[in-house]
Amino acid sequence: MLEVSNLACSRGDHRLFTGLSFALHPGQIMQVQGENGSGKTSLLRTLCGFLMPDEGDIAWNGSSVSELQEEYYAEMLYLGHLNAIKDELSGLENLRISAGLSGIELGEKEAIAALRRMGLKGRELLPTKVLSQGQRRRVALARLLVSDAKLWVLDEPLAALDVAAVALIEELIAEHLARQGMVIFTTHQPLQVAGMEMRTLTLTRAGSGSRGRSA
Amino acid sequence: MFGLLLLVIRRDLMLAMRRRADVLTTLIFFVMVVSLFPLGVGPEMDMLRKMAPGVLWVAALLSSMLSLGRLFSADHLDGTLEQMMLAPQSLSMLVLGKMAAHWMVSGLPLVLMAPVLGIQFDMSAEALGILIVGLLLGTPILSMIGGIGAALTLGLRGGGVLLSLLVLPLCIPVLIFGTGAVEAVSTGLSVASHLSLLGALLVLALAFTPWVTAQALRISME
Repeated sequence: MLEVSNLACSRGDHRLFTGLSFALHPGQIMQVQGENGSGKTSLLRTLCGFLMPDEGDIAWNGSSVSELQEEYYAEMLYLGHLNAIKDELSGLENLRISAGLSGIELGEKEAIAALRRMGLKGRELLPTKVLSQGQRRRVALARLLVSDAKLWVLDEPLAALDVAAVALIEELIAEHLARQGMVIFTTHQPLQVAGMEMRTLTLTRAGSGSRGRSA
Repeated sequence: MFGLLLLVIRRDLMLAMRRRADVLTTLIFFVMVVSLFPLGVGPEMDMLRKMAPGVLWVAALLSSMLSLGRLFSADHLDGTLEQMMLAPQSLSMLVLGKMAAHWMVSGLPLVLMAPVLGIQFDMSAEALGILIVGLLLGTPILSMIGGIGAALTLGLRGGGVLLSLLVLPLCIPVLIFGTGAVEAVSTGLSVASHLSLLGALLVLALAFTPWVTAQALRISME
């Protein structure tokens, strides 16, 4: 379970949000909403530990993530704006290396199966620099298939994806939630997960700073 | 833990092999700078022999600076570095892997090339041997100290120059003991003290620089 209490975050001198509290339980999904610059990405990056919050605490299963460090990282998966794939390497190599970094020994067959499910059949061995933007995103998203992380932190996962791929991501998220996983994400495109209650967290500007409202 | 180390080294070597131009530029720069001296100074064997260790070491130092900027910047730009920081293993170990791969790609070729270049300076076989041993001990230190600078200047505009300004002063001890060893052997003194000091620096660097670099990376990511 992910618990955020009284979180405040700023970039430079600019206060993004204060007093943000919410909890995410197994099997729950939460969408972070807000206009551009309201701090959606900063919130997700704070959850990953890239940014230090000004105040407040983030707890994973009852212990602070700053103390858990690697234990927490083993149970979470972050997908940012950047695809984190190497142009010089093939989709297959990229996927196996990124799985290896997160501590998963991934066989060639499993990796190819994951890439095929992402709709990259026949492109597994091409260097990713020759792939289109959407296909590269699919290579990055293939990590969702091979990871055993409980918490998925997805920043704009649908960017550059076509309709079929969006449907596939919805399917993956539904499977993950059914396994008692947790998802927190941002998107500007509609994302529907069948049979799941979608919680939303709206970051709004109010007065001196923004407050988060969790519904 | 060592699995991660090997994975990172293998990955970085694979990437270097796919981008061979980067590797070759460092080596060619080294060869060019060293070769300019005999051409510029002229064929005065005594003077060349005397300045050989200094020239070779300074050239090695400068060419290792050339490739340092790439140590983390490519991974930073495409987001791979973020994923590395989220790896459920020690970031220091991962950084050590990257430093080791950097040395194999940009340090080791210089060491292998040095004896050939030493001949241009009419160095004796004995002096060449000590030069190689010194470079073998010293160039990994350059990669490791450089790693701290590369992590601190990550994402800065004009970081390359700043990186050299930060790192070069820290490399002076390596330069002194490296050239000192070669000078000692040509004057018939014992080289043990110089080489042991280089070895000690290497052990110190191995123990501390990965951790310091990991901390610097975390700061740079904010």
